[in-house]
Amino acid sequence: MILEVENLRIEFAFDGKVSVPVRGVSFSVPKAGRTALVGESGCGKTLTALAVGSLLDRAKISGDIKLNGRVAYVFQNPMQSLDPVMRVGKQIEEGMEKGLSRDARRAQMEQLLESVGLPRECARKYPCELSGGQQQRVMIASALAQSPKLLIADEPTTALDVTTQKEVLDLIRRIADEREMAVLLITHNLGLVSRYSDYVNVMYAGQIVESGAVKSVLSNPRHPYTKGLLAAVPRIDAPRDAPLVDIPGTVPPPWAWPEGCAFHPRCPQATKECSSPLFKKCPCLTDYEQF
Amino acid sequence: MNGSLLEIENLSVSYRGEDGSVFTAASEVSLSLNRGESLCIVGESGSGKSSVAMSVPRLLPSPPAFWPQGRILFDGKDILAMSPKELRSVRARRIGVVFQDPIGSLSPLHRIGDQLAETLFLHCDVSRSAARATALEWLHKVGIPEPEQRLKAYPHELSGGMQQRVMIAMALMLGPDLIIADEPTTALDVTVQSQILSLMRSLVGKDSALLLITHDLGVVAKMASKLAVMKDGRVIETADDVSAFFANPSHPHSRALVAEARKMEL
Ligand SMILES: Nc1ncnc2c1ncn2[C@@H]1O[C@H](COP(=O)(O)OP(=O)(O)OP(=O)(O)O)[C@@H](O)[C@H]1O
Ligand SMILES: Nc1ncnc2c1ncn2[C@@H]1O[C@H](COP(=O)(O)OP(=O)(O)OP(=O)(O)O)[C@@H](O)[C@H]1O
Ligand code: SF4
Ligand SMILES: [Mg+2]
Ligand SMILES: [Mg+2]
Repeated sequence: MILEVENLRIEFAFDGKVSVPVRGVSFSVPKAGRTALVGESGCGKTLTALAVGSLLDRAKISGDIKLNGRVAYVFQNPMQSLDPVMRVGKQIEEGMEKGLSRDARRAQMEQLLESVGLPRECARKYPCELSGGQQQRVMIASALAQSPKLLIADEPTTALDVTTQKEVLDLIRRIADEREMAVLLITHNLGLVSRYSDYVNVMYAGQIVESGAVKSVLSNPRHPYTKGLLAAVPRIDAPRDAPLVDIPGTVPPPWAWPEGCAFHPRCPQATKECSSPLFKKCPCLTDYEQF
Repeated sequence: MNGSLLEIENLSVSYRGEDGSVFTAASEVSLSLNRGESLCIVGESGSGKSSVAMSVPRLLPSPPAFWPQGRILFDGKDILAMSPKELRSVRARRIGVVFQDPIGSLSPLHRIGDQLAETLFLHCDVSRSAARATALEWLHKVGIPEPEQRLKAYPHELSGGMQQRVMIAMALMLGPDLIIADEPTTALDVTVQSQILSLMRSLVGKDSALLLITHDLGVVAKMASKLAVMKDGRVIETADDVSAFFANPSHPHSRALVAEARKMEL
C-alpha cells in the first residue's frame, strides 16, 4: 500500500463547540492504484486529504496515517494554489528536484506543459492570463514536477468542459501508469469515479459508509446514500421539468451530526433503529452480506 | 418597451499583452436574451465563454481586456458606453454575478453574515436588523444547514461547496433582472446542485433572465430555454429548442461535445 489510513479523527474547536468533521475514517490506496473518495460537500473529503500530507494546522488529529512515499496535490481551486505574481513556468519548476541544471529544469517544465496540453508560450504567462481550465492544467503540471508516488487530486477537473476533463483525467491516468504513481481522486462526480477509479470509498458526515470495487458499488449500490447520489446525477435526456432534488436536505454541520446513522434524517429507508444510539451498521449493508 | 433584456451585438473581446500583442478571445458574437429565458453557453475550455459573459457586467479588468467592436445592450442601453456611475448602479442592483471561483468574491476577513448584511444594507433601503434577517433567510434558501450558526463563520471555515452557496446568496438576494452564472455549480455536489438550479430556475421566473455558462450538458438539459455553442471565440451554433439540439446537433463540433457527454454518463 502507498497509503493506509486507520481510524482517522479530526477535531476542531469552533465557536465554543467541539466539531468532529472526520470521525473514524479508514481506507487505503494500493501502490500504483486508483482510488476515489466521493461524497457531498462538507462530508470531510478535503480535510481527510489534507491530513494525509500533514497540511492541517489548528486541528486535533488522531488515528494512523502510513504514507510510503511523496504526495503531491491538485486542489479544487487553482487560483488558491497558484502564485498570482509568478510566471507559470517558474511555478512548475519550483517543485522539481533541487540538483537539476537550469536547462534540465526548463526542458522538463516544457515537457510537462506539453503533456498537460498547454503551449510552451504559457510558461511566460501569469495565472490570471489563463482560463480556468488552463490554470488547472498548470496545477497538474506543477504537482507532477514533484515526482510524487501518490497524487491526491481534490476535484481536479470540476471547472473544465467535458472534452478537457476527459483529456486531463486521461492524462493523469497515463502519467500515473507510466510513473507507477497512485492516484486518490476526490470528487462528488460519480461519472468520473466510474471512469477513472478502481476502488471507491463513499463518504458521508465524516465517515465512510460504503466502499469496494467501483464496478460493483456503482452497478449495485447497497447503501441508501450511494443510491441517492447516483439518482441525483443530471442526465442529458431527462425531461426538463423532471423533479430536481433527489436526496432531500443537506449534510448537517459537523458539530451536529445526527445520532445513530448520520444519514437517517434524509434516508427514505430509515427505521426507528437507525436513529438509536445503539446503531451499528446500516441494515442495507448487512442484509446483503448474509447472502 | 418589450425589447430584449440583453442584446449582445457583434461583440469582440480582446486582451492586450504586456508586449503589445493582441489576443482575441471572442469574435463577432451576437446573442440575445429575453426576460423569462435562460440562455446556456457551452463550449470547450478557452473557447471564450467567460470572456463574453463577464463583458456584460464589465467585470473583465480593462486593460488588458478591450472591446474592438460590438455593443452590449442591457434594457436598450449600451453597457460599453455607460459612465462609471451608471455602470456601478446597474452592476450593483440589476445584474447578479455568480463566479466559478467563490474565493475571489468573499472577503476572508469578515464573517459571512456581516458580508451579506452589509451588501443588503448598502444597496437596499433596510435597517441593519432587517438586513441580518434577510441574510439569514438567504443562507437558508441556498441550502446552508443551521444558518444561524454559519452566519458567524469566516469563509475559510466553510467547505468549498458552502462558500459557493454563500456567494450565490450574495448575487441573488438583491433580486437582479439578469443573473450571470459562470460554472456556478461545479464546486457543488449533485444534491446541492439540484437545489441551487431549481432555486435559480424559480428566481428567473417571468421577469428576469439567466445567462448560464456550464460544461455540464445534463445541467443544460435541465436549465436552458436556449443555448449557444462556442468554439475558438465564435458562436458556432445556437438552438431555441434544447431537446431538439441534443437529439440532433448540427455542427460537427457540437455533435462531438454531445457524444462525449453521453459517453461520460453513468
Ligand atoms: N479549519 C476549519 N475549522 C473548522 N471547521 C472546518 C475547517 N475546515 C473545514 N471545516 C468543516 O469541516 C467539514 C468538512 O469540510 P471539508 O472541506 O473536508 O469538506 P469536503 O467534503 O471537502 O466538501 P466540498 O466538496 O465542499 O469541498 C465542513 O463542515 C467544514 O465547514
Ligand atoms: N486576462 C487575459 N489576458 C490574456 N488572455 C486571456 C485573459 N483572460 C482570458 N484570456 C484568454 O482568452 C481565451 C478565452 O478565455 P475564457 O476565460 O473566456 O475561456 P472559457 O471558455 O471561459 O474557458 P474555461 O471553460 O476554461 O473557463 C483563453 O485562451 C485565455 O487564455
Ligand atoms: S442505517 Fe437506516 S437511515 Fe442509515 S442509511 Fe441505512 S437505512 Fe438509511
Ligand atoms: Mg473539498
Ligand atoms: Mg470560463
